[in-house]
Amino acid sequence: GLLVTACGLLRHRPGGGGAFWVDSQQKRYVPVKGDHVIGIVTAKAGDVFRLDVGGSEPASLSYLAFEGATKRNRPNVQVGDLIYGQFVVANKDMEPEMVCIDSSGKSSGMGIIGQDGFLFKVSLGLIRKLLAPKCEIIQELSQLYPFELVIGMNGRIWVKAKTIQQTLIIVNILEACEYMTAEQRKQALAKLSGN
Amino acid sequence: FMQRGLDSQTKKQLEEEEKKIISEEHWYLDVPDLKEKESCIIEERSFLRCEDLVYGRMSFKGFNPEIEKLMIQMNSKYKEEEIEEDDKMEADVSDEEMARRYETLVGTIGKKFLRKRDQRVLKDDDEDKEDEVEEGNNTRPSKRAKKMFLKPQD
Repeated sequence: GLLVTACGLLRHRPGGGGAFWVDSQQKRYVPVKGDHVIGIVTAKAGDVFRLDVGGSEPASLSYLAFEGATKRNRPNVQVGDLIYGQFVVANKDMEPEMVCIDSSGKSSGMGIIGQDGFLFKVSLGLIRKLLAPKCEIIQELSQLYPFELVIGMNGRIWVKAKTIQQTLIIVNILEACEYMTAEQRKQALAKLSGN
Repeated sequence: FMQRGLDSQTKKQLEEEEKKIISEEHWYLDVPDLKEKESCIIEERSFLRCEDLVYGRMSFKGFNPEIEKLMIQMNSKYKEEEIEEDDKMEADVSDEEMARRYETLVGTIGKKFLRKRDQRVLKDDDEDKEDEVEEGNNTRPSKRAKKMFLKPQD
């Protein structure tokens, strides 16, 4: 039989084989295979980088797991860099491992995240809301000004806009979105675009 | 234990003895075999499969054009998989030309695999010249009546 161990809303998706899951609110991330996350490089140990992904253990990332990396052609990764990658091994018995290429060997957007920008942490529920297919928050924000956004399933979001002020505005909206209703959000955005 | 030069018979006897010993020591349940229930439940830990989550890297208003291209690519993978399968690649050669070529192609390659006799026959059909006749005058009538056997004239 099945036992529920988390509290939350039970959701159902009829398509495919039919799936049920419990939509619960969490701040702490548990590494799961196939998830795309943002990691911070904490150490270089020989051929492998140690990344902090917000889980119980640091994840490991081999330097060969980048697109076009060979033994002679090493990726230029320093301690403190941000990396967007996916988990290839993630269970409770082993240390999680990440790679920055997908199954066909292409990087498809993964790898080192560039300079500047701002990294902050939100709860996992908000991440799921933001990554939903038609997310109003993102659509409304995209009308404001050009910016770039990377969302990691471990609760971390990285934002970069043209000026520091714009970046901070986006950060504040995203953080506040968790507790604002749709109307409050629209009001706040209307004020901003008025400015 | 494994002794060389043992006859196959003695080997078999030894094996049987071992098996007997082992099976007596093995505990087994007297309970009748339960049918293995195929569990219809698959446990999935990632949210990615449950909800159609969009790709995590995004760019808006042309901030990072590469990522915008990527967004279109990734998101179209999700939604338009079915449509892409139906679309055929635009063919370089039209269907009619293909059919024409194929017709003649079959003929030319078919000729390659004919037996020698038939090949000679074909050649003579195409050209009016006579080939080198190796078997004497008897072959000429046999050329025209291709597969009939003609008695050699005395």
